[in-house]
Amino acid sequence: MTCDEAEVLLHALIDGELDAGHTRDVESHVAGCPRCAAALRDYREMSRMVAETGARYTAPVALRQRIEAALPQARAVPNRRAVLRGFAMGSAVSALAATGLVAIVLRNDDVDRIQSEVVSAHLRSLQAGHLTDVVSTDQHTVKPWFNGKLDVSPPVVDLTAQGFTLIGGRLDYVDARAIGAVVYRRRQHIINLFVAQTANTERRAARIDTVQGFNIRHWSDRGLNYWAVSDLAKDELSDFGEKFESAMQSPH
Amino acid sequence: MPSKASDDDPEKARRFREAALPYLDDAYTLARYLLRDATDAEDAVQECYLRAFRHFDSYRGPAMKPWLFAILRNVCRAEYARRATAPTSPIEDVPESAEQAPLWLEAQETPEGQIIRAKDSHTIRRLIATLAEPFREAFVLREIQNLSYREIADVAAVPVGTVMSRLARARAMLRSAWLAEQEQRK
Repeated sequence: MTCDEAEVLLHALIDGELDAGHTRDVESHVAGCPRCAAALRDYREMSRMVAETGARYTAPVALRQRIEAALPQARAVPNRRAVLRGFAMGSAVSALAATGLVAIVLRNDDVDRIQSEVVSAHLRSLQAGHLTDVVSTDQHTVKPWFNGKLDVSPPVVDLTAQGFTLIGGRLDYVDARAIGAVVYRRRQHIINLFVAQTANTERRAARIDTVQGFNIRHWSDRGLNYWAVSDLAKDELSDFGEKFESAMQSPH
Repeated sequence: MPSKASDDDPEKARRFREAALPYLDDAYTLARYLLRDATDAEDAVQECYLRAFRHFDSYRGPAMKPWLFAILRNVCRAEYARRATAPTSPIEDVPESAEQAPLWLEAQETPEGQIIRAKDSHTIRRLIATLAEPFREAFVLREIQNLSYREIADVAAVPVGTVMSRLARARAMLRSAWLAEQEQRK
């Protein structure tokens, strides 16, 4: 092998791109050629230097932020794993961004989870024999029945005059806690009104969501969380909630 | 069902982030060496990522890094073209004949002596930056980015043989520059 040939193949040797046959040829040439041997030694030293002394650059944080901002945001997928993947990216920026997301995601998750539990409880109640533990159209029978069974006794309001018939009460479980359910009927539609204690005594205005085809009207008042669940149309369920809330305002 | 694979698809964006953002430093490093300007490099990398995201649906792999680099290289080429039309910053270009020059000429011009390890990254970066563009590109893709000859050939859109001769010349020139630098410091 001539120096001319070896000059190019030296590099393939350094880069591990040479087959076994050529590797032997180049190595035997280098063994007998001080000039090529010196070149090989220097090239290897250069490779080590470049690898070890930090010839790389680190992308500025602002660049990473600009690229992140230009991509569609993942906020539409409230998914804990997506957030963890954000952490896996390893940069301080994505970690910060992900931390901000966690709060939002967990809060949404909580709301979603409780709503779907409320709907599950509603569905369970519709099975034969599950709707009521105490059957009574009399609020003065239903309300005392809850006493001692729950931390908080759910208010029971008679709305018969408003078109919603009280048919009883039931103990249920939502969010791994015992919860009171007051059951009303409008025509053939059942309304489960779930009532749970909350640390927050602030009044929170009602919002209506649809989960698995059921409407949920959720509001908070005087330390109690309310979820009214039914297959009633949204406007009728709103009507129920408003009648209930205004009955609660007036002394019975 | 309408397809959700639009540019607004958060799932696509998530997959893209996961696949491409780990190479941000690599892309920025390549852009710095190709453009030799920090601001231009940032702009090029941002443009590269946006283009890559738009074409992410057609990405079939296998390696993300060479795919990104091929896009980045095109962006940098466009930047060269822009600079070429700007009279204030003339583009340095390598005549075709430069690549055909016999390699042994470089070796003959090489000063005697052994290269000594530089203590700072600044010297290395500066010496790499003195290489003419095709050689600098081949050298950076191989020595800093650890791409294979085949991958370099794909990124630079040249045959593997050309990659080998460019790399040989890049290293020979760098070695000469290095040894000359050492001579000066004596």
